[in-house]
Amino acid sequence: MLSAPLVLAASFAYLLMLFGVAHWADRRARAGRSVIGNAWVYTLSMGVYCTAWTYFGSIGRAASSGLWFLPIYLGPTLAMLLAGSLLRKMIRIARTYRITSIADFIASRYGKSRTLAALVTLIALVGILPYVALQLKAIASGLTVLTGTHGGSGPWWSDSTLYIALALAGFTVAFGTRHLDTSERHEGMVAAIAFESVVKLLAFLAIGMFVCWGLFDGPGDIFARAAAQPALSGLSGLGGESKFAGGQWFALTLLAMLSVIFLPRQFQVMVVENVDERHVQRATWAFPAYLLLINLFVLPIALGGLLHFGVGGADPETFVLSLPLANGQSLLALVAFIGGLSAATGMVIVEAIAVSTMVSNDLVMPLLLRLRHRASSDLSGVPLAVRRVVIVALLLLGYLYFRVAGEAYALVSIGLISFAAVAQFAPALLGGMYWKGGTRAGALAGLLAGFALWSWTLLLPSIAKSGWLAIGFLTDGPFGIALLRPEQLLGLSGLDSLTHALLWSLLANAGLYVAVSLARAPSAREATQALLFVDVFQRSAGAPVFWRGRARLAELQQLATRFLGAEPAQRLFADYARRAGLAGVERIAPDAQLVQHVETQLAGAIGSASARAVMASVVEEEPLAPEDILRMLDEASQVRALNRQLESLDRLKDDFMSSVTHELRTPLTSIRAFAELMRDDPEMATEQRQQFLGLVVGEAERLSRLVNQVLDMAKIESGHAEWRNDQIDLCELIAHAVQTTAEVFRERGAVVSVQQPESVPTLHADRDRLLQVLLNLLSNAAKFVPAGSGRVEVRLTVDARAAQVEVADNGPGVPVDQQQLVFEKFRQGGDAANRPQGTGLGLPISRQIVEHFGGRMWLRSEPGRGACFAFELPWTRQQEETGA
Amino acid sequence: MNKRVLIADDEPNIVISLEFLMKREGHAVSVARDGPSALEAIRGTRPDLVLLDVMMPGMSGFEVCQAVRADEALAGVKILMLSAKGRDTDIAKGSAMGADAYMTKPFSTKELAEKVRELLSAA
Repeated sequence: MLSAPLVLAASFAYLLMLFGVAHWADRRARAGRSVIGNAWVYTLSMGVYCTAWTYFGSIGRAASSGLWFLPIYLGPTLAMLLAGSLLRKMIRIARTYRITSIADFIASRYGKSRTLAALVTLIALVGILPYVALQLKAIASGLTVLTGTHGGSGPWWSDSTLYIALALAGFTVAFGTRHLDTSERHEGMVAAIAFESVVKLLAFLAIGMFVCWGLFDGPGDIFARAAAQPALSGLSGLGGESKFAGGQWFALTLLAMLSVIFLPRQFQVMVVENVDERHVQRATWAFPAYLLLINLFVLPIALGGLLHFGVGGADPETFVLSLPLANGQSLLALVAFIGGLSAATGMVIVEAIAVSTMVSNDLVMPLLLRLRHRASSDLSGVPLAVRRVVIVALLLLGYLYFRVAGEAYALVSIGLISFAAVAQFAPALLGGMYWKGGTRAGALAGLLAGFALWSWTLLLPSIAKSGWLAIGFLTDGPFGIALLRPEQLLGLSGLDSLTHALLWSLLANAGLYVAVSLARAPSAREATQALLFVDVFQRSAGAPVFWRGRARLAELQQLATRFLGAEPAQRLFADYARRAGLAGVERIAPDAQLVQHVETQLAGAIGSASARAVMASVVEEEPLAPEDILRMLDEASQVRALNRQLESLDRLKDDFMSSVTHELRTPLTSIRAFAELMRDDPEMATEQRQQFLGLVVGEAERLSRLVNQVLDMAKIESGHAEWRNDQIDLCELIAHAVQTTAEVFRERGAVVSVQQPESVPTLHADRDRLLQVLLNLLSNAAKFVPAGSGRVEVRLTVDARAAQVEVADNGPGVPVDQQQLVFEKFRQGGDAANRPQGTGLGLPISRQIVEHFGGRMWLRSEPGRGACFAFELPWTRQQEETGA
Repeated sequence: MNKRVLIADDEPNIVISLEFLMKREGHAVSVARDGPSALEAIRGTRPDLVLLDVMMPGMSGFEVCQAVRADEALAGVKILMLSAKGRDTDIAKGSAMGADAYMTKPFSTKELAEKVRELLSAA
């Protein structure tokens, strides 16, 4: 036995330490060195799943029915392994639309319905109350075992459990409601929860090792001894002495699978507090590993306790305390108690924060808004105050439930009742994420039916069995109608009460959800939210804005100030203006984009359903028809396409700059190297010096050509080039070009022939630019024709519409895969080793010139059979098409 | 200090200047004009040093460098990368690929000669 003051002092010291961890993490976060931006911390925070129920209850279950404690852990393990992508989608949706609770999530999906939000909140609240009670019960019975004083009985004012409940409430208030954040993140709390996960794991492992190796000769010894006792031998098998009950295993596993995702506290740590979607990846294996570790010693401790105390000798749910105590290890017992305390506090803190957010946003705020609809009053402090009250009330109600029903029920049974309640969220939530046809009416019908059946088949019987209700309706049915007996509904028997309740409630829930949804097409608002949820990954960038109407900036500012407070509201608008590249807040256009943005921010503070309602009160909205939605979707995808184009243009520009840099540096390199070589070697042979000087001059020419062409290109592309409008005789122009390049061809030993009609109409274009094109094509041909046997043909043909010029050579031709590339900047043809000197800009510039005059340029080539570059120019150009 | 140096670059004039510089330093010089033939020459002759251009046809200098460093037998080959791209990311990429040194073009012939001496004396 330990003295009560010592245990209480240790407990409070532990809570203070927890507070220290949270404070430290909050301070680090403010200093920009967040500790929770880490997949391990994320995984550990998910360990809040393991409550006092795990810590004490699973041993109790194992002691009474063997491996039956396992489904509660198999479920989450399966869920994590299977539902990684589901979780990522939930996180993305919640982040994108500032969703801060599971009620908000469901309500937002079905058209931001206040009714739905309130219903989900109510189910969560009622469902979670037994669970909170369970934590208090665990702490109370732990205290009883440890100190010998009895909690949970006697007058309420002397019950230590009440004070524990109040301490936890104060603690949670301090943790979770210090400031209002529109993303509803609590860094300090997450760090503290992760810390608690470590504490409870280590404490549990310590007890496990103590039992296995301190009291027995290892797990093998325990199992061998248990097998030798007829009363215990059944426990290590499935389903005890009866046959393996597959249906019940399935039900329990399914229940646990759903709970690990839909319990408000799991939603809080996994979705709301998630800082990086990629953390999910590690959690999908690390969290199951954590569960495995914390379950490793459940059966050995249970069997060890039964062997040690004998069956019925001590309450199995407190074996972790009574075993060390009975063996004089009081310090270890205290450690075990702290471990259990950490499991209980973790659950209570997160659950209370999650539920208080829901109650405040989805039950209280709507009422307040109805009562005080004058827009002048400042409500920014209200959510926090409401949450504080809700947290204290939740703990006190939990205490009440504990006093009322706690004694009658084992920990595990209480927990399962809660699990079954939150499982009701599954059809509406899962359906809403993957099925666009789900409607508000369907979700409401399903949830109501599921909740009603849960109450009838599980909650009321549990209350009745605690002695607070006449038990008659259980055995005979209400008014003697046997078909309505809660645990054998419509005569269904042969199932345990939990499987029975789950089967009926989920069946009715999912059935009604689908049937009612199918009965009527979604409204415009439902349809838009369905699109935003189901296709969240397709729409993260450039999300469509489904809103039409008129708003005034001042009113939106007023609204934001009212709910967020003056300073955050100012920041919101200033940030918005800055991101939009505006000079100041007053320049912001009160358009759909802004309305959407403000509403999303408000949703973070007061829930999306309330945000929708207050927004509707200050802006003039026009209802949307289904065809409007389609059009808006279309516009959004056009915006996205434009964005993509802009991005690729940016990339092209970068590529261009990088290519220009490279092309300019290359001749510079040669020039500098040769110049330095000559400078450092005054004795250099004249011949060598002459060769180097020649190369320097050549590279300098290449450099100036390059600079000219880059400038030329830039001018044309930016639209700053000057274009003259000359009257051109193409025959004369071709002759001029051929004459200018005659010397080059003579050097290569090539023959140039020209075929052209007698006379051609006059062309209106810039003569110098066209000459540039012709010279470029001719000099390219000159570079590629075989030395000594080159033949180049220039052909001019005309028709009524356009003139066409071809320059064909008998060079190596251009490989098919390069034929498009030669018109791109800095893509030179020919194989690199003996590539003729060029800038890689000639053809791109030529093509730009031709296109400027409304024509086009192309290449026809079969490898080995020469290349034929051709362009055509229309006689009359369409100015408006080519731009200028 | 008569070492064997391979010059891998596709710009004829840069090759001429590097060749002259290396010969003046007293090294035996061979030349490769694209990535694949540079790798082939390195595998075939195991030069003491490669002056490796980054932008080469067929196979970039980075790829050549990576292939050389993946080959245990070529561990003794020093690699000095030369590139007309001088951004920090390129330099970082060069050293990540296992280059012993990285110089940007245009380079100072004096600095290049010193760097080569340094690399070869360390061998």
